[in-house]
Amino acid sequence: MASLGDTGTIRARNTGTEALAGKVSAQRRLGWIGIAVAVIALAGLIAVPFFVYPVFIMKVLCFALFAVAFNLLLGYVGLLSFGHAAFFGGAAYFTAHAAKVWGWEPLSAILLGAAGAGLMGLIIGALAIRRQGIYFAMVTLALSQMVFFIFLQAPFTHGEDGIQGVPRGHLLGFIDLGQPLNMYYFVLAVFVAGFFAVWRIVNSPFGHVLKAIRENENRAISLGYRVERYKLGAFVMSAAIAGLAGSTKALVFQIATLTDVAWQMSGEVVLMTLLGGMGTIFGPAVGAALVVTMQNYFATSDIPVTVIIGVIFILCVLLFRRGIVGEAIRLMKR
Amino acid sequence: MTMIFGIPLPALLGQLLIGFINGSFYALLSLGLAVIFGLLRVINFAHGAQYMLGAFTAYLILQYAGLGFWPTLILAPVIVGILSAVIERTMLSRLYDLDHLYGLLFTFGLALIIEGTFRYYFGAAGQPYPTPPLLDGGTNLGFMFLPNYRGFVVVASLAVCLATWLLIEKTRLGAYLRAATENPQLVQAFGVNVPLLLTLTYALGAGLAALAGVLAAPIYQVSPLMGTNIIIIVFAVVVIGGMGSILGAIISGYALGILEGLTKVFYPEASNIVVFVIMAIVLMVRPAGLFGKEA
Repeated sequence: MASLGDTGTIRARNTGTEALAGKVSAQRRLGWIGIAVAVIALAGLIAVPFFVYPVFIMKVLCFALFAVAFNLLLGYVGLLSFGHAAFFGGAAYFTAHAAKVWGWEPLSAILLGAAGAGLMGLIIGALAIRRQGIYFAMVTLALSQMVFFIFLQAPFTHGEDGIQGVPRGHLLGFIDLGQPLNMYYFVLAVFVAGFFAVWRIVNSPFGHVLKAIRENENRAISLGYRVERYKLGAFVMSAAIAGLAGSTKALVFQIATLTDVAWQMSGEVVLMTLLGGMGTIFGPAVGAALVVTMQNYFATSDIPVTVIIGVIFILCVLLFRRGIVGEAIRLMKR
Repeated sequence: MTMIFGIPLPALLGQLLIGFINGSFYALLSLGLAVIFGLLRVINFAHGAQYMLGAFTAYLILQYAGLGFWPTLILAPVIVGILSAVIERTMLSRLYDLDHLYGLLFTFGLALIIEGTFRYYFGAAGQPYPTPPLLDGGTNLGFMFLPNYRGFVVVASLAVCLATWLLIEKTRLGAYLRAATENPQLVQAFGVNVPLLLTLTYALGAGLAALAGVLAAPIYQVSPLMGTNIIIIVFAVVVIGGMGSILGAIISGYALGILEGLTKVFYPEASNIVVFVIMAIVLMVRPAGLFGKEA
């Protein structure tokens, strides 16, 4: 059975006939292209709030970080979690509560959300990694649904209403996040930090073991790696960064609601990752930007958004499984 | 009045019965999922949508063709089955050589399209569907008043579960199905048309979901969201029973419905999550599920 994150193996197979030297230089070239893209993208993101409504870009950034965190698990370990909404939305509740009820400063509220999501990731992950493949997906889905009902009923979440009117507060006590531009650059900083963390994890020795597990779990076991620990570690990191994204979103929109914990949100992040290209570093962010843009666009039109999303989902699965960035990389490697 | 653990007996028995009725739907739906998963290795995320389609087909047949409950009970599953067979043939069958997760993602997209479309045309509100006149009224069981239709649902569900189990465990077609799960190439070499078998299996599973939908129509309202609400619980039921296990799906379907009913009596706050709690416990003790084989 080929693993889900096997765009890497497909690529390796395609280039298998080429000389090794050519492969290395091609990879180096792609590395430089990647850095160039990152620099241009960052420059663009710094300039963009002067041209586009900042709240929209902040929404894109939050979902992009969510998708990047999710892809750490799907793209680099080959684990499809269908319960990541629990971490995204759960963290939003923690942050909203800390900022509104306890009056915490925004950065610590966000870090609390991420930590809370990481803790939830530890519990759910420990249960879920006992099963593989589709079973893993089902278990994460069901456990996240349990989390959904807990947030529906817990006294501090205000049920269907959610936690509203969350104050953005003053960052470190003196930067007023009520100012749109201040808030925007804060969100951008959180996004860059989260994105860099994922990039660093993927390119670390730890990340290489993760990829080895994705390619051939049994071989990784026989090499002496304690696969379960690596999987759980990746799960917790992915959950915590997804939580970071959800916490930030709670401050941007000043609200934490059930929508972010519902299982449909878990499906949306899968779509973002699939559309952009799983197992690529930029893909999920591109996918998230596209999905959020489409949702905003179709929200005012007559066509129901879920149908559009469903159609794209099916087209991705049937026709271009590498996603946009994945296909672009393949074209560049030719 | 007789009390058990401080709960009046009629209330307890009443909730038990409601649990049994809910369990009938869980069993039917998880049975369909288990049949599809057993052979196709696809988690049919569209199962809830197919259940909803069954109920809506019944509603539309009544509105536009004036046909009542009984012919619909056969017609709707057949229509949904044929529709699903076409989808399997044209699209889903292309994904079998890939990771099984793609099947899950495909059916997830399918569910979004179906549910989105119905929500667009019918709104989120429920449409009423009348109880068949033959089953109007109720029976006094002494401890409670049982609407006849609900009694019928329990009997029908038990009969369908038994029939499906017999079909798969005791007939030649069932033997082919089980053999194809183990080794499709070999079964194909014996001259069995395996792709056709896969199409039929998917149609059968979807038809079972639609049948559950028609049965549900007079009890719950016919709504585009009815599938979304029930399907996650059914997924948990399937994980508890052991995925792909027909017997596990049936037994855990009824058992969890009853357990949910009991929780409503003793600790109502937990009734939404009791199924998931059980799932977590089962996973800790037996990761393959109660009736599942260790993969």
